[in-house]
Amino acid sequence: MKERLVVIGNGMASLRFLERLTERAPGAYDVTVVGAEPQAAYNRVLLSSLLGGEVDEAACAFRGLDWYEAHGIRLITGAPVTQVDRENALVMVGETHVLPFDKLVLAVGSLPIRLPKPGMDLPGIITFRDLADVAAIRKAAVTGARAIVIGGGLLGLEAAVGLARLGVDTTLLHVMDRLMERQLDHHAAGLVKRAMESRGVRVLLKADTAHVEGDGRVERLVLSDGTVLPADLVVMSVGVRPNAVLAQGAGLDVGRGIKVDDRMTSSDPRIFALGECAEHRGMVYGLVEPAYEQAEVLSRHLVGEEAAYPGTSLATSLKVSGLPVFSAGLIDAPDGAETIVMSDPGLGLYRKLIVGDGKLLGAVFVGDIAEQGWCKTLIRTGEPIADHRDDLMFGRVHAPDSQSLAA
Amino acid sequence: MNAHVQAPAPTVVKTTCPYCGVGCGVLATPDGFGGAGIAGDTEHPANFGRLCSKGSALGETLSLDSRLLHPSVDGVRASWESALGTVAGGLRKVAEQHGPDAIAFYLSGQLLTEDYYVANKLAKGFLGTPHVDTNSRLCMSSAVAAHRRAFGSDTVPGCYEDLDEADVIVLVGSNTAWCHPILFRRMVDARAKRGTKLVVIDPRRTQTGEEADLFLGLKPGTDTTLFSGLLVHLASAGALDYRFVLDHTTGFEGALERARSIAPDIAATAAATGLPEADVGAFFALFTRTKRVVTAFSQGVNQSAQGTDKGNAIINCHLATGRIGKTGAGPFSLTGQPNAMGGREVGGLANMLAAHMHFAPEEVDRVRRFWSAPNIITGEGMKAVALFEAVERGKIKALWVMGTNPVVSMPRADAIREAIKGLDLYVVSEAVADSDTACATGRKTILLPAQAWGEKDGTVTNSERRISRQRSFLKSPGEARADWAIISDVAKRLGHGEAFAYPNAAAIFREHASLSAFENNGTRDFDIGAVSDISDAAYAGAKPLQWPLTKRGASKDGKQRLFADGQFFTFDKRARFVAVQPPALAQAVSEDFPFVLNTGRVRDHWHTMTRTGKSQRLSAHRDVPFVEIHPDDAAAMGVTHGGLATVSTAHGAAVLEIMVTDGMRRGDLFAAFHWSGATASEGRVGALARGIPDPVSGQPELKATPAAIAPAVYRSRGFLLTRDQRSLPAGWWWARATILGGSGLHFATQESSREVALMLRGMFQGLEIAEYADHARGRYRFAAYDGDRLVACLALAPGEAKPGWESEKAYFAADDLEPSARRALLSGRAETASAGPTVCACHGVGLDVIAATIAAGAHSVEAVGVACKAGTNCGSCIPEIRKLLPQALARDAA
Repeated sequence: MKERLVVIGNGMASLRFLERLTERAPGAYDVTVVGAEPQAAYNRVLLSSLLGGEVDEAACAFRGLDWYEAHGIRLITGAPVTQVDRENALVMVGETHVLPFDKLVLAVGSLPIRLPKPGMDLPGIITFRDLADVAAIRKAAVTGARAIVIGGGLLGLEAAVGLARLGVDTTLLHVMDRLMERQLDHHAAGLVKRAMESRGVRVLLKADTAHVEGDGRVERLVLSDGTVLPADLVVMSVGVRPNAVLAQGAGLDVGRGIKVDDRMTSSDPRIFALGECAEHRGMVYGLVEPAYEQAEVLSRHLVGEEAAYPGTSLATSLKVSGLPVFSAGLIDAPDGAETIVMSDPGLGLYRKLIVGDGKLLGAVFVGDIAEQGWCKTLIRTGEPIADHRDDLMFGRVHAPDSQSLAA
Repeated sequence: MNAHVQAPAPTVVKTTCPYCGVGCGVLATPDGFGGAGIAGDTEHPANFGRLCSKGSALGETLSLDSRLLHPSVDGVRASWESALGTVAGGLRKVAEQHGPDAIAFYLSGQLLTEDYYVANKLAKGFLGTPHVDTNSRLCMSSAVAAHRRAFGSDTVPGCYEDLDEADVIVLVGSNTAWCHPILFRRMVDARAKRGTKLVVIDPRRTQTGEEADLFLGLKPGTDTTLFSGLLVHLASAGALDYRFVLDHTTGFEGALERARSIAPDIAATAAATGLPEADVGAFFALFTRTKRVVTAFSQGVNQSAQGTDKGNAIINCHLATGRIGKTGAGPFSLTGQPNAMGGREVGGLANMLAAHMHFAPEEVDRVRRFWSAPNIITGEGMKAVALFEAVERGKIKALWVMGTNPVVSMPRADAIREAIKGLDLYVVSEAVADSDTACATGRKTILLPAQAWGEKDGTVTNSERRISRQRSFLKSPGEARADWAIISDVAKRLGHGEAFAYPNAAAIFREHASLSAFENNGTRDFDIGAVSDISDAAYAGAKPLQWPLTKRGASKDGKQRLFADGQFFTFDKRARFVAVQPPALAQAVSEDFPFVLNTGRVRDHWHTMTRTGKSQRLSAHRDVPFVEIHPDDAAAMGVTHGGLATVSTAHGAAVLEIMVTDGMRRGDLFAAFHWSGATASEGRVGALARGIPDPVSGQPELKATPAAIAPAVYRSRGFLLTRDQRSLPAGWWWARATILGGSGLHFATQESSREVALMLRGMFQGLEIAEYADHARGRYRFAAYDGDRLVACLALAPGEAKPGWESEKAYFAADDLEPSARRALLSGRAETASAGPTVCACHGVGLDVIAATIAAGAHSVEAVGVACKAGTNCGSCIPEIRKLLPQALARDAA
């Protein structure tokens, strides 16, 4: 009899894991997947495009139900798992459903944070995390509506741009003095702000939300400096935390997330975790790239191959509503390091390299991120960059050789 | 941009180019907005429609930027009434307190003949000062002196047609290809047509030398040796015209004997000149066997402490062979300035009185009577060098400078700027407000705005004695006036109104022509009596005329050639051979100053750049002050191509960019003198020359001053392109060049890139700045935008890595920049292939384009011209194009 493998969560990490597993060893396990959302795994990265009406829901889909069927995967959707019973090796779904497992994968992602401020439970205050959120936002975003997005991270920016595209009067609030402060330096953040503004989003920095008011529904937002901003809709995008509730309940080792080793194994050797809910070497990732790398490692491990996840170097490359942004390694130069900068605000172009001892320590690019892969490699390998400074700044003149591109 | 106000009727006006002594005819078509279309005059016998790069770009020099538009007294704007009163009062006071000979005039080969005439008349006949000299002293006064010693008159015997008809043309001390390009085209055409051989004699292998059939790169100052050797060779080869020598000359034996002592044979000539014997022998043989030889000479001969002897050594060879005044044969002084000849005709030099008359008592009396002059002078005045030394000594109290920039161009120019401060009265008649001379000050300083080319109206005479009209086709801007009118008004205020009551330039010309014919009767070469009663209308429409043009002469067209009949203007009608002095440089090199500094010109600039500097096309060919040095010397002195070096003499120092070239002899340096305090921080090459005068002509030596050279090390080098002219902080080295759409500065500084970024970015506050900074490597670039328009662009690199600006200049000329161009501005990398440094200024074709054209199969100058237009207008870049051919071909073969 095949081992029973239960996967809790059907997000992007989960799906990638299933794809890799079934490629490597078709039918090796008896697989059941349980997802809380009503749909099968979809492309969460496209949510902001969906919000802005650039794509429809169909475009966000990955695999049809027939795929799961064809690969012998039992898919249960719209079913939140309520408990993991390690002693009996059971997963409880809702009140009634019980799934026994030999091996268990937790891919339950993360939960959006709600600011602990008065009025945050009023109707009209919506997080931005899944298809249901998008539907709710779109419903509230009627013509003439005034929307406030709280949170100047990537997701907040995308939500704001999506709203602005819908013709909604949109204000983005960020408590820090620059947008995406963990990925961008001041200059790059300024370019992003300019790009946001050119897309119709009003951006307020150092905007600390005090509370939200409204008579049965959100009507206004008040900042700690007393500024009152009228609002028909507030989108909350102030970050996520790993979803470790189930693991905690099951008595697994939990830090910020579910602690795993290099084989994605939790404190229970039968139980694994991957994606945003996992904590590896103290790191919790909020991006899809590490999740995919973890899915790869875990799929190998479960078919008996040697595989270890070393962690993902901290790099961000993304498009803020069409504006390419890349950041890797350090953002600001420590003492003794050099900085190389190029910027053309008119072109929305910015590049900064941080170099220490002739090695690349960090890079921030806006507008053109062609050399991002190379930068990541150089940061990881510590290869001397003396001969590459101009190419890294201005782009390679000749076709790059494929090896140095491998990131 | 500043421009002339709209002129009334745009029609084609025939005028004459204001640059070199070739005197090309120009057709100017005013555009009605202060500019003019410029074309060559196909009917003018000097150029038959051709123009060189400088002439072609005249239209780019007409803007009123930097023009002097109003009179001023001690820096304060004044009315003409008040300014002229101050001048007249000052002159009167100096004359009363110190005598009239405490007054001096320093005139210019840029003045028209009519202006020259009136200035000369006022000084020498009415104020009574003999101290009237001119920048022509720096140019061709040794040729004048050599002519007078040999012919008894300052006569150019031949004409341009001789260049078409010669079988050998010997160019001595003349970079004709760059400095008289249209004549050079005629020579090259003659070579194509009749196989004329070109011999070039010059210590530098210039572009002219590159084109030579035989190039003789002799030691500086040894021209006299070479021509002495030639005279000896002609005699021993039996190539003399004994009939001519016997019947029409004197002094041959003495001259030959002296020549023998200087250069007894080919071997001795070769040893003394540093030339290979074979080359000397080849030159002598060619000269000996060829009847039609023109020996053309210019500043390399003239600007020498022995310039007069050099001229006579050349003339000796032509007299000895009777090759003078004949078709295709003769010595030929190529004059530098557009109207140096007119100045000579008028007598506007310190060693002349007027109209080719000097100081014989009957000549003085004749001129006195003609002018009804109350204070006629009776002897020579001080020549330029002595004149400015007298200013230094305080002997001259009042100086009036007209249309020239001695504070840049005179030897020991720094000392002259200092000396001017001591003048009681310093008057400058100028078209340009920011020339170093206009910026200098005396105790009382009056600036008088003069008309510029295109505004003034009168005549000029070119190197072949041809008088052409410079005509007005633009309205005078501001309060600018004709020089003759300014001088006449001062004369009136000094009580000489009757003698200076000229209604127009034609009236002055008639008086000048009358004086030339006055009691002449064939005794003086300069006689244009035939036009002494020319009507105003005829003067207005006058075609170019060649003198002599006597009232009773058979031909109204003047004489093309003189002296073929053996009749000279000495008392016995015989020409004189001159026993020349053994050649030696006036100053020997020393341990401290081991190099010989030669000075000269570049192809696309004129004098101190006050006009050519306004043209972006002309400013592209050489955009920084530079010094040329032989590769071995460069290595020995630790200077590198493109780097900066301090060149110093006992009299001054300049910081110049190094050009390493094997066209230089070892031990020699060459620097162009065009840069002034207005165009470079430390590029005043004139300040370096000692300028020891020739004892006969008074012309200063500008081509052999002992000098030292050492690397000038700067922390950073860069360039700044701006829409309007900007100044850099004091202490920085810089050179300014006009670019399309703005102004460019190359600079060098001891500041770090971080400091430069801070200082220069601050100049463009309020604009959007795009920048690139790699301060750890000393690299910084920025571009400033006003909206989408590029308004400034900077590049900075470490001192040893001068950034080039060709592609940035192209971006600056564009209205809208593609994103790729904006990125290229920051990266300094080519967006697409740039054109490279400009070679063809007329069509703006760069080196890289030409090289690519050649690489693509254009394997001749003609083919290159067809493919990219380079070299098809003025042709002065053809030598450079030709130079690219073998290199490019060799590269292909490699």
